Amino acid sequence: MNWEAVIGLEVHCQLQTKTKIFSGAATAYGAEPNTQADGVTLGFPGVLPVLNGEALRMAVTFGLAVGAEVAERCVFARKHYFYPDLPKGYQISQYELPIVGKGTLDIELDDGHGGVTHKTIGITRAHMEEDAGKSLHENFSGATGIDLNRAGTPLIEIVSEPDIRTAQEAVAYLKKLHQLVVYLGICDGNMQEGSFRCDANVSVRRKGEKFGTRTETKNVNSFRYVEKAIEYEIQRQIEVIEGGGKIIQETRLFNPDTGETKSMRVKEDANDYRYFPDPDLLPIVCTPEYIAAIRASLPELPEAKRARFEQDYGLSPYDAKTLISSRELAAYYEAVVKASGAEAKLCANWVATNLLGALNKIGKDIETTPVSADALAGLLKRIADKTISGNGAKDVFEAMLAGEGDADSIIKAKGLVQITDESAIVKAIDDVIAKNPGQLAEYRAGKDKLFGFFVGQAMKATQGKANPDTLNRLLKEKLAG
Amino acid sequence: MSLSPEQVKQVAHLARLSLPPEKVEPYARQLSNILDMVSQLSSASTDDVQPMAHPLEMVQRLRPDAVSEENRREAFQAIAPAVEDGVYLVPRVIE
Repeated sequence: MNWEAVIGLEVHCQLQTKTKIFSGAATAYGAEPNTQADGVTLGFPGVLPVLNGEALRMAVTFGLAVGAEVAERCVFARKHYFYPDLPKGYQISQYELPIVGKGTLDIELDDGHGGVTHKTIGITRAHMEEDAGKSLHENFSGATGIDLNRAGTPLIEIVSEPDIRTAQEAVAYLKKLHQLVVYLGICDGNMQEGSFRCDANVSVRRKGEKFGTRTETKNVNSFRYVEKAIEYEIQRQIEVIEGGGKIIQETRLFNPDTGETKSMRVKEDANDYRYFPDPDLLPIVCTPEYIAAIRASLPELPEAKRARFEQDYGLSPYDAKTLISSRELAAYYEAVVKASGAEAKLCANWVATNLLGALNKIGKDIETTPVSADALAGLLKRIADKTISGNGAKDVFEAMLAGEGDADSIIKAKGLVQITDESAIVKAIDDVIAKNPGQLAEYRAGKDKLFGFFVGQAMKATQGKANPDTLNRLLKEKLAG
Repeated sequence: MSLSPEQVKQVAHLARLSLPPEKVEPYARQLSNILDMVSQLSSASTDDVQPMAHPLEMVQRLRPDAVSEENRREAFQAIAPAVEDGVYLVPRVIE
C-alpha cells in the first residue's frame, strides 16, 4: 500500500526546418522513400556534416521559452550503435555539453472539485540530435526495408526531471510542452506523423523510500496512449513487487490494442554507446548577442497571452484558456474583436462556442475555416448595433458557413433585419391587445404571467423581427393602460 | 591500466570487428600499453583548463536552411546490394 510512482519523460520533438540538421536534403513528410536521403544521410565516405543554423536557432528558442540556461558553448557527440536505420553506425547527438540546460514548465491539474492546482515540472536538459530512418518489416519477404528520408531530421530531445507522479500529470506536462513548441513555431506537433514522440521512464516506490528501478516505455505517440501506458506500467510494477518479484531495468513497448507494455528484450550491450565528441563538427558557440536576438524575437507565450486575454478582454479563465489554445485561434479572436467593435465577451462566445462547434461538426479547424475573422466580425457588428437578434444571428451564421455570402447580404436576403421602428411595433402591440380583451383584463387583474403571452403574440405579428428590448418596453407601457 | 581479455573481446564486438582468439592476448597487452601512455596525462593539473572538444581553435560554421541536395536516389541505389520499390533491403532485423 501507499505506493507512489516516479515518472520522467523524454520527448523527441522534430524541428520544423526545411532541410536536415547536417545536410541540405529536404525533410518534407510523406515523400517517396529515399528521395530525400543524400550522401550525408546515407553515411557515404568523405562527406562532412554542417550544422543547419535554423535548427540551432529553434533549439535556443525552446531553451529561452522554458527559462533555461542556453549554453554559450555546446558540443556534438557520436552515439554509437549498429542499426540499419542509421547507416553510418552512430547518431550525432549531444552528451556532456547540450545546448539547453535546466529549465521548468508549469502544469495545471484538475483538483477534482472543479478547480485547478499548479505544479512545476523541472526540465533537466534539451539537446540537439538527428532522427533515424524508418525500418519497414512488412511486405519485403524475409528482409527489412529501409527508408532513410527521416534520417537526419533535426530533433530536440527534452528530458524532464523525475518530478511527475501520476499518468495525469504526465499528460498535462506533455500537452503543455506540445502547445509550447507549436506556439514557438519550432515543431508542427503532428503526433501521428511522429513529429512529437514520448518515452516514459516509470518506477514505483513506497512513499518516503528512495527511487525504485525504472523501466523505459518507448515511442508512445498519443496523449491517451501515454496515460494508458503509464497507468499500466505503474500497476504492473506494483504487482510484481507485491508478489515478491523485482523490477528489471529494461526497455518496453506499449501495445495500443491490448493497453499493455511488453519487454523488448534487447541485448545487454545495447546501451554501451561509447560517446565521444564528433571530430567532424566544431564546438557550437552562441554569443550573448545571438541569444539576446532570439530572446527578443520570442512570440507571446501561452501563459502570458492567457493573462492578457483575461485582463484586457475581461474573459473568464476558461474562455481565455480555450481561445489561447493555439496561436491561430488567439489571432482570429483578436481580429474579430478589433474588426467588429463588439463586446469582447460576445466575441469570445461566438468564437469559442459557435464557431469552434461548427468547425468541429464540418471537420475543419481555425486555419481552414470557411468563415474568416472579418466575416464573423461583420455578423457581430449587426448584433451589436441591434440590426439582428441573437437568434437571427445564428441563422445568418449557418448561411455564412454554407458560403451564402457576407452577413449583410444574408440578413437582407433573408429579411432578418429587426424592426426597431417604434411606431411599427406599437401598431402590432395595439392589434394584439385589441384582439385579446379577455387576457388583457386578466393581466390587469394581476395575472402577470400573461405578459409572456402578449410578447409571443406581438412577436408573431412582426414575424419575430421586433427588437425584443423595444418590444418588451413598449408592451409593458401599453398593458399598464 | 590493464585491459582484460574479456574487455578486449567486448570492445571488438561493439565495433563489429572479428578478432581471432590468438590475437586477444597481444591486443590486450598493446591496448593496455596505449592506455598507460595516455594515462600519464592524469598527473597534469587541469583545474583551469576547458576540456578540448576539438583540436582546431575554431567555431562551427552554420548552414542556411535551404535545400541544396537534389534527389539522386537512382544513382545511390544503383550501387546498393539490394533495393525494392525505392527502399534499401537489409537482412531482417526483428523476428
